[in-house]
Amino acid sequence: MKAHKSPRPKGVAFAGEALSQGQIDRGTALQTRFRPQAKYSWAAGQAMSRFLDELKAGRLIARKCYRCERTLFPPRMFCEECYRPTDEWVYIKDTGTIETFSISYIDKDAKRITEPIFVGVVSVDGASPLMGMMHYFGETTKEEIRIGMKVKAVWKPAEERTGSVLDIRYWKPIREARR
Amino acid sequence: MRKVACIGAGMTLFRRRLKETPKELCWEATRMALDAAKLEMKDIDAVVTGSAPDAFDGVHMKGEYYADGCGGFRKPITRVFTGGGTGVFSPIAAWWHVASGLADIALVVNEEKMSSCYPHAQSVFAHIWDPILDRPLNPNLVWIFAMEMNRYMTVHKIKKEDIARVAVKNKRNAVAHPAAQLADAKITVEDVLNSEVLAWPVQRLDISPPSDGASALILASEDAVKRLKVETPVWFSGVGWCIDSTMWTDRDLYFPRYLAQASQMAYKQAKIDNPRKQIDFAEPYDPFDYKELHHMEGLLLCGKGEAAKLTREGVTERDGDLPTCPSGGLLGVGNPIAATMGTKVGELYWQLSGQAGKRQIPKEIHTGVTNAWGDLMQFSSVVVMRA
Repeated sequence: MKAHKSPRPKGVAFAGEALSQGQIDRGTALQTRFRPQAKYSWAAGQAMSRFLDELKAGRLIARKCYRCERTLFPPRMFCEECYRPTDEWVYIKDTGTIETFSISYIDKDAKRITEPIFVGVVSVDGASPLMGMMHYFGETTKEEIRIGMKVKAVWKPAEERTGSVLDIRYWKPIREARR
Repeated sequence: MRKVACIGAGMTLFRRRLKETPKELCWEATRMALDAAKLEMKDIDAVVTGSAPDAFDGVHMKGEYYADGCGGFRKPITRVFTGGGTGVFSPIAAWWHVASGLADIALVVNEEKMSSCYPHAQSVFAHIWDPILDRPLNPNLVWIFAMEMNRYMTVHKIKKEDIARVAVKNKRNAVAHPAAQLADAKITVEDVLNSEVLAWPVQRLDISPPSDGASALILASEDAVKRLKVETPVWFSGVGWCIDSTMWTDRDLYFPRYLAQASQMAYKQAKIDNPRKQIDFAEPYDPFDYKELHHMEGLLLCGKGEAAKLTREGVTERDGDLPTCPSGGLLGVGNPIAATMGTKVGELYWQLSGQAGKRQIPKEIHTGVTNAWGDLMQFSSVVVMRA
């Protein structure tokens, strides 16, 4: 083995010096800071523009591929399986089934929150099997919510909708009518 | 295609926050690998490097930024990036450099420094979500694991305690790893089940930690192995990778079919038709405990829904019939995303060349498999190696 200079202490195979939070807080570990100011504005595209317009109108829409006969949701202008243009806009229902869910006690920055977020994937009735979207669930409890539960979209009032997935507030369980 | 062997490996400590810069981390891991292979930078024909999103470091094109640390100047250098799959994908990219005859000896260096982004790397993970469909919901990356884990548990009726056994096994295995961040010889299933709920069913001890670290491997052709008189080369016998559609809300998350496809690609090359019998040990990607089980099934090491049973019966312990994550994995050693190459392909090398020290699997081993996984529940890379 050839000699070389390394800050690694003799006899230690794995290099690295751990820093503690205390060293950061006390300023004994030197650092340089920077805050990026990047901002973005995304064009929604052909398929999503119509999808968002329909959300604003209180409807869910999908695209049909005549070759594989799937009703694609979220809608797209080309069928990734057949690799050809999709053919037709079709409205689907605002009811569906919970495919999976989580009850989150952390927000997007991993900060702890006391009111948990119910979130998951809902497959939407009228689209091909399993086709759905990620969204929130509401008017339910952690004891009640389960995979396979039937749910219905709760829309914002028309005047509050902006053309966003948030035009649906959340999906709530469809409960059997009491007899 | 030419035969390709790994002839040396190196890695740094994995820690929540390291003092070293990305460049310094690369230098340390690379120097260790060069020393192990008894080579100098002049012997390296090409460099391949892997690192996760630039946003962690806050430096765009960070591959170029830290390249000096990899000896990656005045040489062909390539950076590859497949999200969490990078740890097993950049060795594949280095493999094709050598297998094709383009390079005789290639160096692969993976680096990750997640601590630069504060207060938490999670804020940067938000940038991987679809801007129109997902991001307005303010998602946390843990959600995708929570949703996949719940689907997997529910479809197969797997108990949380059987999933927690994976975290216990790996954090205990990591006690024998000198680079480990979260080794714990005394952890129990109860500790995992009683840990803080982050996003049900994911609890704190189900997750690997964010980490800083780097790792390096040296790959050589059969000619170079002979010329250098390498005593314990470990051969790449199969590689595979595959990505599924981005439309992740349109498929059943209970089984990673893209991984099964990547495995079949690698197994075909390695002439493996019965993985459970022909593979002696595995290093499946384990950023979360259930992912080890999910990946064992995707690697076709057992039937769908059977991995939890193998774990419960002790089959996957280091002294079991199919040792799994003998390194301690991401759960025990740490998860500096791309740098986990050191506990995945690196561990295959150290185990198969008999250099794993206290981690050495007691039974005789000839063949190992590893995988890594990334993007929105989409991508997997697979490497099969033989002594």
